Amino acid sequence: MLDKLSGPRIESADLYDWDELVQEDRVHRLIYTDPAIFQAEMTNIFGAVWVYLGHESQIPKNDDYITVRLGLRPIILLRDGNGKIRALFNRCTHRGTTLCRKEKGNARIFTCPYHGWSYLNTGKLRAVPWPDGYACDFKDAKFNVAQVPRVDSYRGFIFATLNPDAPSLLDYLGAITKPIDEWLDRQPNGKVAVCEANRLKFKGNWKLAYDNSGDGYHVVFSHRSLLEMENRQADVANKGMSYYRGSPDTKPMYMAYMGNGHHFKDKRPNIQKRAGGLWAVEGPAPGSEHYQEELRRRFGARAEDILDLASSEPVNINVFPNFSLLGNHIQVFEPVSVDETNVTWYGTAVVDDDGALGGAVDEINALRMRTQEQFPNFGEVDDLANFEEIQRGLACLEDEWIYMHRGLGIPGRVKIDEHGIITAPATDEAFMREYIKEWKRLMKASPNLAVQREV
Amino acid sequence: MTNMQLTHDPSISSYYVNEKFYRRLVENFTDWQKDDLAIAQADERDRFRMLIEKEARLLDQLNFDEWLAMYSPECIYWVPGTPDAGDPRREIAISFDDRRRMEDRIYRLRTGYAWSQAPKSRTVRMVSNVEVFAAGGSDARMVRSNYLISEFRVDGTRYLSGWCGHRFTRRAGRWEIEVRQVNLIDCDQNLRNPSIVL
Repeated sequence: MLDKLSGPRIESADLYDWDELVQEDRVHRLIYTDPAIFQAEMTNIFGAVWVYLGHESQIPKNDDYITVRLGLRPIILLRDGNGKIRALFNRCTHRGTTLCRKEKGNARIFTCPYHGWSYLNTGKLRAVPWPDGYACDFKDAKFNVAQVPRVDSYRGFIFATLNPDAPSLLDYLGAITKPIDEWLDRQPNGKVAVCEANRLKFKGNWKLAYDNSGDGYHVVFSHRSLLEMENRQADVANKGMSYYRGSPDTKPMYMAYMGNGHHFKDKRPNIQKRAGGLWAVEGPAPGSEHYQEELRRRFGARAEDILDLASSEPVNINVFPNFSLLGNHIQVFEPVSVDETNVTWYGTAVVDDDGALGGAVDEINALRMRTQEQFPNFGEVDDLANFEEIQRGLACLEDEWIYMHRGLGIPGRVKIDEHGIITAPATDEAFMREYIKEWKRLMKASPNLAVQREV
Repeated sequence: MTNMQLTHDPSISSYYVNEKFYRRLVENFTDWQKDDLAIAQADERDRFRMLIEKEARLLDQLNFDEWLAMYSPECIYWVPGTPDAGDPRREIAISFDDRRRMEDRIYRLRTGYAWSQAPKSRTVRMVSNVEVFAAGGSDARMVRSNYLISEFRVDGTRYLSGWCGHRFTRRAGRWEIEVRQVNLIDCDQNLRNPSIVL
């Protein structure tokens, strides 16, 4: 049963003249600072579009759950007794109390700690204490837990939307599925498993992180300390993202805008396409030399492919509004308030169900954990410091504009192919201009959000 | 005891972080906080309390060279991302640095371009509840201590707290830190700017 939502709500479309706030070459500071815009984003973006909630490996068994958020809404993401993935509002229908306070677990029933109403993990009301004190019929679906009406997965990645009119997940992802497939298909059996995370936050608007996710312009400046660090002992200073040095726009890497707000920074063309090519530019990590020698001794030439699995895949695959695949991470942006955002870097491990790695899976994962800790420790913290300093700078009320016009107006620089995919040199801000246009379109809209209840 | 003649310089290459090392590490950090292993002698407890207080002072003073000198050549600085520490072979940690990565961390902070530490945080650390446990023979000690780090940076002061597990080993008569496990009470939550050495 779909509940049509009633009652007054802010019509985002009437808040501002959105064409004034988002122009071809610049955006107004208010889109990062205004609490009313943030409130509207919680419906028009984190509600009306497909939002990433979690990975299937986090709820592998029936009745497994994790607690997450859809925008600011607390959600229990679970696999019910029949294996169906559901996103329940973590909210008792009686008084609004959250039903589940743990971050993960396995449960068939959620019982409200406040008055003892209990629910099956399908969302159905199971029992109410002392029901003879009620005149109502508890079979009425309105007493079942509200849930997100549309939950779907793409190859293990679970997305959800409250918008019955949204396109299918597959159509929403569109062209970005190609790099997602390539990212997965380099893993044995095309699979990964989430294995904890580097969890960070910053005092700044969530879009600052999404703006940055495709940005090739900031790398040698914001990450200067990282580039110097990881090359301090290298014979040839080519570790990590060193290819951004010199003249990055003439390198074969590129950025692409893939539609629906998604963008893709593809740095793979900079790396020699050969077994061991990624490992050759991976920065030093705890155990690097040991595992490299051990695997080469046991596997000979085959070791190079295995070592590449511990190496960072040089891509940034950004799915609007809150999901990124980069290196071996799944990065998730989670708005907390207009000026606070959680940025969680989930680590991924290789899964080798059929023994294709010849017993090397535990070793390569041990190494892969360490390579994945590098960027959050020594790179991301500096970006987040810079995002916080943007938010501070935006307190200058009278200086209203933020520019995203790199590459705009230079003939031949930005290309569009027959599928509408836009490509440009790696430091170009075309992807930013394009996704913010999509953001503007969504903010002008009046989506009809709905929740569902079991009948 | 650690071999004095190392085949590889652990500042240059990382050979010691291997399966055997991880296995021993995970074993060392299980089941040592037991009353029957606790050491009651005041002078021995004092020895380790002073080492831990010295470490806190060196970190507050950003005296990283002397801080590193307190560690064994083959050492680990470990900040787990889950309250039960987990198995670092299968889980991402907040930090899991071997000797080389500890030196990387310091090198980066000294470049002047580590924006998360420009300007630098000012910290004071308080260490208390130091308990010493005899685990792993006469040349090894496990030490549990609580800490409270007050950190001032840019827009205010915040507090980081938790407990540390130190594994000390005696090498040529000197007690060195082999492993330091820093357990933040909010290690599994989103942390703002965790860029200081904890």
